[in-house]
Amino acid sequence: MPLSIRVSGTAEMNAPVSLTLQTSATSSGFRDAIGLLWRDKLATLSAILLLIVLVCVLLGPWLLADKARAVNLMARNAPPFSIDKGWMFFLGADALGRSLLARIIVASQNTMVIATSAVCLSLVLGGLFGLIAGYKGGWVSALLLRLADAIMSFPSMLLAVIVLFVFDPGITNVIFVLAISRIPIFLRTVRAEVLEIKERMFVTAARAMGARTDRILLRHIAPMVLPTVINLAALEIAFVMLVESGLSFLGIGIQPPEVTWGLMVADGRNYLGSAWWLAFWPGVAIMLVTMALNLLSNWLRVVTDPVERWRLQTTVSRHD
Amino acid sequence: MGSFIFKRSLQSVFSLVVLIILVFFLARMTGSPADLYLPQDASLEVRNQFNEQLGFNDPLYVQFGRFFWGLLHFDMGQSLQFSRPAVEVVLQAFPTTLTLAAITMPLVLLLSIVTGSLAAFRPGGVFDRLASFISLIGASTPNFWVAIVGVLVFAVTLRVLPTSGTGTPLHWVLPVAVLMLRPTGVLVQVVRTSMMTALSSAYIKTARAKGVGSRAIVFVHALRNGLLPVITVASDQAAGIVNGAVIVETVFGFPGIGKLMIDSVMLRDFAVIQAAVLVTALAVFIINIIVDITYALVDPRIRYS
Amino acid sequence: MTDQPLLDIRNLSIDFPSRRGVVHAVNDVSWSVNPGETLAILGESGSGKSVSASAVLDLVDAPPAVISSGQILYRGQDLLKMPRAERRQINGKNISMIFQDPLAALNPVYPVGWQIAETLRVHGVDRNTAYARVIDLLRKVGIDDPERRARQYPHQFSGGQRQRIMIASAIALEPDLLIADEPTSALDVTVQAQVLRLLKALQAESGMGMVLITHDLGVVEQVADRVVVMQNGHVVESGTASEIMNAPQHPYTRKLLDAMPGRHGFDPQAGVTDRTARPLLEVDCVSRIYGVLPGKALDAAPNAVRAVDDASFVLHSGETLGIVGESGSGKSTLARMLLGLDRPTIGTIRFDGKDLNAMSGAETFKVRRRMQFVFQDPTASLNPRMTIGQIVSEPWAIHSDVLPKREWRGRAIELLERVGMKADHIDRHPHQFSGGQRQRIAIARALALQPEVIVCDEAVSALDVSIQAQVIDLLKTLRRDFGLSYIFIAHDLALVRDFATSVIVMYRGQIVEQGPTVSVYTNPQHDYTKRLLSASVVHLPDAA
Repeated sequence: MPLSIRVSGTAEMNAPVSLTLQTSATSSGFRDAIGLLWRDKLATLSAILLLIVLVCVLLGPWLLADKARAVNLMARNAPPFSIDKGWMFFLGADALGRSLLARIIVASQNTMVIATSAVCLSLVLGGLFGLIAGYKGGWVSALLLRLADAIMSFPSMLLAVIVLFVFDPGITNVIFVLAISRIPIFLRTVRAEVLEIKERMFVTAARAMGARTDRILLRHIAPMVLPTVINLAALEIAFVMLVESGLSFLGIGIQPPEVTWGLMVADGRNYLGSAWWLAFWPGVAIMLVTMALNLLSNWLRVVTDPVERWRLQTTVSRHD
Repeated sequence: MGSFIFKRSLQSVFSLVVLIILVFFLARMTGSPADLYLPQDASLEVRNQFNEQLGFNDPLYVQFGRFFWGLLHFDMGQSLQFSRPAVEVVLQAFPTTLTLAAITMPLVLLLSIVTGSLAAFRPGGVFDRLASFISLIGASTPNFWVAIVGVLVFAVTLRVLPTSGTGTPLHWVLPVAVLMLRPTGVLVQVVRTSMMTALSSAYIKTARAKGVGSRAIVFVHALRNGLLPVITVASDQAAGIVNGAVIVETVFGFPGIGKLMIDSVMLRDFAVIQAAVLVTALAVFIINIIVDITYALVDPRIRYS
Repeated sequence: MTDQPLLDIRNLSIDFPSRRGVVHAVNDVSWSVNPGETLAILGESGSGKSVSASAVLDLVDAPPAVISSGQILYRGQDLLKMPRAERRQINGKNISMIFQDPLAALNPVYPVGWQIAETLRVHGVDRNTAYARVIDLLRKVGIDDPERRARQYPHQFSGGQRQRIMIASAIALEPDLLIADEPTSALDVTVQAQVLRLLKALQAESGMGMVLITHDLGVVEQVADRVVVMQNGHVVESGTASEIMNAPQHPYTRKLLDAMPGRHGFDPQAGVTDRTARPLLEVDCVSRIYGVLPGKALDAAPNAVRAVDDASFVLHSGETLGIVGESGSGKSTLARMLLGLDRPTIGTIRFDGKDLNAMSGAETFKVRRRMQFVFQDPTASLNPRMTIGQIVSEPWAIHSDVLPKREWRGRAIELLERVGMKADHIDRHPHQFSGGQRQRIAIARALALQPEVIVCDEAVSALDVSIQAQVIDLLKTLRRDFGLSYIFIAHDLALVRDFATSVIVMYRGQIVEQGPTVSVYTNPQHDYTKRLLSASVVHLPDAA
């Protein structure tokens, strides 16, 4: 029997043709990521916008806090698109003559910090509960799920309205309320993923090899869940930002003298007839950041899937 | 299917009870209502009398027991701001919000299902890209901002629509449009994705092999399968509509339940808050059960399992 | 035979332009089929066999596909020159098609009767006539109680019944030509035979032409008149069924035939094991019953399901035990118990004389080292986010005292080369390999701890025939070189024939037959074994 011939040979008839188009192993992961990003122009724009926002969040209040507070009676309600008074007044000024651009940049810190910390908090708690509910099951899982349902099916705005009136509507409380209202979505997502992944063959294989629970959770399940969770987090930051600005707009979120984009829209509402730009620009800022997060999350979903990523990379290598 | 609905209703009742408890105790922590309703210099005696009369001096669990007992008799106490039964106040505001939701939701569903299906029919085409981008804007725009920009453009500048109130059908145009924005944006994307999955399924190939025409393939074969995930997301959007209603009613001065709730929290009117929350939660739960039944009707695999 | 073929495909080429360049899925392919004749298109995955047939019914998505040249002549008329709407009139009425996975091919949200009636309705039959026809058709394809069952949904039927329903829908308008794309591949072996018999009977009755797309030579042998063999988009050989089966010309055809399971007689190793020594593995009166609470009497659970019912067997060192059964036979539950992923409700499993269930955690951990496994779906059993190196090294990470970490990489490369992979594959991810290569990786992982027994659960079932043969050859070599014992679970008797030393046949949870491979094949006792044998073994003279 001619069995030795086939054993040593690797050539199989249906080996993927594209194997030969492998990117060289020398290109760094970072360069790969940039290359992948560049291929999707909308995602690139989103990333650039979010980078700019990040710089504003980190440096804005430090550099521009004075400018944002400086009352300039000469520039009261100055209309936008005019650089007579300098670039700071390009987006116009408010009733006290404060630069709108500077105020938007300064307000970015509160807006983004509230949204990201609320989402991080709910990610950690929801993720943890989700892992427990998914891997262990039983009555703990049932109770967690029922509580999640109770929170989910109740409109988050009403919950926030009530809680923020019981406690002081300071930044910390706003973060807590928003975090609690978003825990269920992380819990449900992580649980569903864990339930599905723990039944996959490679987890069974690891168990059959004798792997302990911590190894299965950390090495096999967590890396599979993480991309989904990060992707969800990006969408959630966008959503939480919308809710927070809604709360601030209603006057039950962040209170002056703190400032967020939502609050700026609310302030501008009183000058709608005379100075539309006061309410307009902060709203545009909210919209742009939300869109950028959505677009980037779409892109992330594609590239964090190793199969998809490989497909994209092989096409990149052909153009190189 | 009967046991399925029973099980779901039982789960809803659990959620409802959790909410009643939560809301009751949270509301008691906002401080003494006497602070709001009596003059600053009212004597301690007067305050005590006020609290005694309305039962605010009893231990919390007694108050809760009384509240729960009343609940079973559809008695949720007296509204402090209106001096009328709270249930009455809430039920008076409820139809406005319900009408708002009842006009919005079918429009949202119609618009998103048609747009999403057409986009999925030729993925990557001009219509698909346009629909995707516009729906993204819809899902990303803060609704209170659209509301005031809408007022600025249509009511202040163009003067074609009224700024606030409920008098004529024209009064409903802006609120409904604003309320539709986010749910439509989200649902178009969901419909598009699930229709693309459905259209690439093997049973679509079978239908084509049978000689079924394109229109029947999209709207008979794919749509019913593609609707399944859409139904789930649509039920989440039902809670979202209430969120939106709070803002829209406030901006446009609609005498609905959202505005009532905000006003009541400002005035620390416990009875009304409780009643309003309860009625809203009940409505959301009823919607969820209807959605579950719809789901079971569309998907026979649930009906018979 | 009439002078004009029913369907005549001439020089058909179909391309799929992609960013990576044009893929010629179908390349200058010609075949034809006459009324009353059965043509088999034989090929493995990626051979283009389905694409050319799908083009007949306008089922190839264009774009992205481009039909770059050729003609599809149906009764002398070129279908490719016909407008879409006109072709739709032919689909389902003159030419119809059935597909591989009947569960996916039937719409899950409509009753099956409605779906069969749809074929009639779109071609102008009125509702009431259509419904009456549906009942007739269901009865004709062998569905009992058709009035009631027509109102049921696809998930309420078994796999074989679903394919019968697909057939009922396809023959509703008595087409001239039926194209069947792998119609039996998703079905159990005995059900396959029934479905093929049904197709043949229907063909005899109506005189329709049939095109059967398959990878399975057994199917070809049972039903085909003529055969076209395809490889990488080309037709490499065509001829009558007996010509192809008995005197293949093209090397690829010969290779396919040679790779057919069960063609190489019995394994020379059969019967050489030393049965006097203590068995490595003893399974003693093991049952796995679902729906019974631990500690409760069995009688108290009327709904209890016996997934495995009173199974007993032994495995000696150096032996290869084949466990054969169809879906629902309990063979996978048995495998899970052997691997310690599930516990028997009754009975004991002893490894090297020790009861697996009575072991402490540390003892179980040690046993796992000596007993490894290879699962059915190599795509699912390798973590997609790990590199090949990480996957092969994982046993050492779990059993940390076996090999120091700095030696992992070198040893992993050795193992990869041992199973026919290359050293530079080590940093790649599983999705960059073909199914057969992935299964080799899984085998390398199983070898990492130098086990004594490897449990192979349907380890080659998901692979193409020629790849199956390669993987089995690899397992044979490893058995010889490392003195391994195997428990090889399969759904097909032919597959284990030239590999196993002894065989167990399972049916509905019970072991209905066991013994040395030769005697089970040459002298089967149980009725079910006989049915399995007649359904799966190709009646050809042994090669080699």
